[in-house]
Amino acid sequence: MYVAVKGGEQAIANAHKLLSEKRRGDQAVPELEISQIKEQLGLSVDRVMTEGSLYDRGLAAIAIKQAQGDLVEAIFLLRAYRTTLPRFGFSEPIETSRMEIQRRISSSFKDIPGGQVLGPTYDYTHRLIDFGLETPENGNPEICRAEVAAEAIQNAMPRVADLLLAEGLIEDEAVEGERRPVADLTRDPLELPAERDVRLQNLARGDEGFILSLAYSLLRGFGASGHPFLGEIRFGEVTVELVPEELGFPIEVGEISVTECIMFNRFIGSATTSPKFVRGYGLAYGHCERKAMAMAIIDYALRSRELGEKSEYPAQDEEFVLFHSDNVQASGFVEHLKLPHYVDFQADLVLMRNQQAEFNNGNKGDREIENEEAI
Amino acid sequence: MKKQFKEQSETGSDRSCVMEGYNFAYLDEQTKRMIRRTILKAVAIPGYQVPFGSREMPLPYGWGTGGIQVTASLIGPEDTLKVIDQGADDTTNAVSIRRFFSRTAGVHTTTRTREATIIQTRHRIPETHLRNGQIIVYQVPIPEPLRFIEPRAKEVRRMHALKEYGIMFVKLYEDISRHGRIAKAFDYPVLVNGRYVMSPSPIPKFDNPKMDCMPALQIFGAGREKRIYAVPPYTRVKSLDFEDYPFEVERWSKSCALCGSEHSYLDEIITDDQGSRMYVCSDTDYCSLRLAERDRDFQPGFKDEIRASGAIGERKCT
Repeated sequence: MYVAVKGGEQAIANAHKLLSEKRRGDQAVPELEISQIKEQLGLSVDRVMTEGSLYDRGLAAIAIKQAQGDLVEAIFLLRAYRTTLPRFGFSEPIETSRMEIQRRISSSFKDIPGGQVLGPTYDYTHRLIDFGLETPENGNPEICRAEVAAEAIQNAMPRVADLLLAEGLIEDEAVEGERRPVADLTRDPLELPAERDVRLQNLARGDEGFILSLAYSLLRGFGASGHPFLGEIRFGEVTVELVPEELGFPIEVGEISVTECIMFNRFIGSATTSPKFVRGYGLAYGHCERKAMAMAIIDYALRSRELGEKSEYPAQDEEFVLFHSDNVQASGFVEHLKLPHYVDFQADLVLMRNQQAEFNNGNKGDREIENEEAI
Repeated sequence: MKKQFKEQSETGSDRSCVMEGYNFAYLDEQTKRMIRRTILKAVAIPGYQVPFGSREMPLPYGWGTGGIQVTASLIGPEDTLKVIDQGADDTTNAVSIRRFFSRTAGVHTTTRTREATIIQTRHRIPETHLRNGQIIVYQVPIPEPLRFIEPRAKEVRRMHALKEYGIMFVKLYEDISRHGRIAKAFDYPVLVNGRYVMSPSPIPKFDNPKMDCMPALQIFGAGREKRIYAVPPYTRVKSLDFEDYPFEVERWSKSCALCGSEHSYLDEIITDDQGSRMYVCSDTDYCSLRLAERDRDFQPGFKDEIRASGAIGERKCT
């Protein structure tokens, strides 16, 4: 005899207990410390902070630990915490030309003022598993210490785009006199058509995999933009300034590390504007080059409307891109299929049985109609 | 007798373990105010989807974040909350959401439809008639009834503005010409107050007639899609149909194997691998009330109490 299933609450509690046990893993292995994640899984932390829209290395590291390294889950945890935080002000725009550079390259010029600074990068590494990492190197700190250059990297490096701007070869993005508040997707719903600030915010929060693949589709020809050039990518620390109402002048409130990418795209011009290069822009917290580059490529593709270009492919379609980029939304909705749906399925079952019964009764009239349609 | 009956119902409050460090019902007061303003607008324009600044919640999108935000901004310490999923109070997600509110707000929760002041639901409307003063909050995955006919948000916004619902009727007509009937078993579109075509959320069409002239306030929350809409009490809600193909609801030749109800929505339970199956009420509270009535038929006075609760009997729409 069937008895209505009860005890969901107990089952959930038990499932969560089991989860904690799984998260901890073998008790004989020392537990991960937050500082270890912060220090040794830094790129995971950076991604979680970027897509979680919250710059807090410690919290991101806890989220990664709590999510057993599932970064989308960690992003979700960080986002859910972020909503509860009060908002006490807005910072001044960060000035990336005054960045304390760790890495900065341009592939559009052989050399640039300030020089090409490779910094910490996986580029040019041979992707061979380093079996030496299997055993901790704690006994020999010399192995993982880089040499320090005799000369310090010059700060206040001009952005490559600014050099072209002087020649008038690139569009001037400076907004004169206008200082409207920047849109905030975390407070207001996404409305279309979206302005560039909204699109950039959406892309910055967007899933790295989704953004990356869309950018890839553009490069492969699913988008008319052609081949963009990496004007510059830079990574380093910038100061964040805030103007407290009671002071009226900016004060430094902290330092964050960001990756900034500017892509150059050839714009053939229109009846009213001369041909020139147009920028695609990407910005991410921490060191997220793949994300920042992909973002910059899509930023340009989504400008097709304002630039009067045709938009015929998915990555140029702002509605398609902006509504599907968020992995917290996407994973939630895809995984909601795990929730019980038996009431709706029952309704479909009833419908399906009726339809099958009619089909099996050999509804001759219907078939004649189908034949007519075939002709 | 009444006391005994109360003890049977799963009413609980969990004030002892309210979470620290968060505001009452999780959301901050400014956000609640913003959502309340959205709700007021939604009530003023029945069936119209009002955009709102949906917040990221600690539960996943698609798992009821819209409904949770609506409930969080409406609920007060004196409220009694009931949460159902598929009609049942004990399905995992209903349990999880109920627990969320007992942890963040410490409010009374109940499984009894008539005891609740706010009922948050996914996929069903309780069989027990709701009364004026109650609020039913629906969790909505896709608020746009035209989405699967026209996916472009800009396009459908124009259609709603112009009350241009031709594509919807063409779709229904095509269903009839192709399948002999409107092939929509749940999330069956309705026309609210003669103006807006609205998604009733994925409730089975069996529940659609309950929305018409319902004495309770109906609020629909779609968190991921950032929309809230509402149907005020006693508002006309008409399921779309044609004169020669009138709207119909599912019927079962069976009755509930537990309580014997012939008027409720039945779930099909597969009981073995030989294809045996049984049918039981999807609304667990309704079913257990009827069972209690049957078991205590001989105890004088009790039956009248249940009848008075409005749990049983024909519903009337004026």
